[in-house]
Amino acid sequence: MNAPAKIGPPMWLLAEVTYRCPLHCVFCYNPVDFAKHEVELSTDDWLRVLREGRELGAVQCGFSGGEPLLRDDLEILIGEARQLGYYTNLITSGVGLTEARLDAFKAAGLDHIQLSFQDSTKEINDFLTHTRTFDLKQKVGEMIKARGWPMVMNVVIHRLNIDHIGRIIEMADALGAEYLELANAQYYSWALLNRDQLMPSREQLRRAEAITDEWKAKLAERMRILFVVPDYHEGKPKKCMNGWGNVFLTVTPDGTALPCHTARMLPGLEFPNVRDSSLHDIWHESEGFNHYRGTGWMKQPCRDCDKKEEDLGGCRCQAYLLAGDADAADPVCPKSPHHDIVTAALENAENPTRQAQPLIFRDPKESRRLSETEAPSPTA
Amino acid sequence: MDGTPRLGHGFRFQWEPAQECHVLLYPEGMIKLNQSGGEILSRCDGQRDIAAIVADLEAAFSASGLRGDVEAFLAMAIEKRWLRLDTGAKA
Repeated sequence: MNAPAKIGPPMWLLAEVTYRCPLHCVFCYNPVDFAKHEVELSTDDWLRVLREGRELGAVQCGFSGGEPLLRDDLEILIGEARQLGYYTNLITSGVGLTEARLDAFKAAGLDHIQLSFQDSTKEINDFLTHTRTFDLKQKVGEMIKARGWPMVMNVVIHRLNIDHIGRIIEMADALGAEYLELANAQYYSWALLNRDQLMPSREQLRRAEAITDEWKAKLAERMRILFVVPDYHEGKPKKCMNGWGNVFLTVTPDGTALPCHTARMLPGLEFPNVRDSSLHDIWHESEGFNHYRGTGWMKQPCRDCDKKEEDLGGCRCQAYLLAGDADAADPVCPKSPHHDIVTAALENAENPTRQAQPLIFRDPKESRRLSETEAPSPTA
Repeated sequence: MDGTPRLGHGFRFQWEPAQECHVLLYPEGMIKLNQSGGEILSRCDGQRDIAAIVADLEAAFSASGLRGDVEAFLAMAIEKRWLRLDTGAKA
């Protein structure tokens, strides 16, 4: 009854090839202590990981980071992945992308590029990413389209840009995006540090959803729009990563294999490194991947909950971050004994005179400073 | 319904041993196909028109009267953008 009897193949191999990044996004989901993990896998290590992942049955390969373009061998890795039969996805901010590099990716067989935008308003975009990148992204979007790639745009939505959602959608349409993901910030890592600044009010969220629905109807012929509701507001735990060790296998820049990109924070769990174990053993045999498979690990109120198969208790990292216990029910669930933490954060977002610390921008210096001591938690 | 179906923009069709079925891959997703869906899509190569696809399937499975089923599948696949239908004047 612990882990499911038959463990299926992962659908995704997510290759986080580097934590280096030219941007400094305040909602970045890379670990706050990313600067402690600077030693990156070699090209040969990655080529082996790609082969082992494909043998394991993964069909989608995502190259992300950090900013994956900072790896000089990215076209080699993409070429190998495509050759192996993966559908290859590059998840990039577009910073550093040139015509020549795009041509190399095309020749390597790259299937698709997901371009992330922070906002449609130049001033806010530059503010939120802390660099002057907006004009460049617009240019990059046009370069991607011109080479015939389908384009998926991803925009992280939060308190400071949510009121511009109509213009964000308009801009995505002007760039020829076929899919647009409007993903409300999820409060992990850097976004959790900045939660008081980033969490929208209920009214902001309601308006944004209504505007998105209008555009969905208007653009139905040419663009799919996905609006990802924040789980704090929804009061409903998400089936995180579509189940622990079920769909995703993430390999981080230093080779640590994780069931999700933030799981490294969970205390007491050993996650294997691809330098020491094969992906097959990691996926099927490792304690880290088996620990939260299925429902056998649950305690109350999850254990007797009629929704336990549906949401699998929500997110383990969120339980750890908010309740201090990775085995607890996700505190966004109204049945959680720690739900008051979420309610308080939501109430705070309604308060126009709320106190919020200045935004903390993701960069190596901040990372080193924050990992010297325990990362500050808004629940403390 | 008439024309030549081909895969939609960004879709890839392949056999997946680990899934033991044909799949359609697209940005960040995968659709597992049942056997008949796999047989139809494997013939949507942008060369054969619907009549040729039906004839080919009927020959391969020693069956007749498949046109209706094939058209129903194609209509669904076009609606979901798995396929595009070229209906331009043919030589």
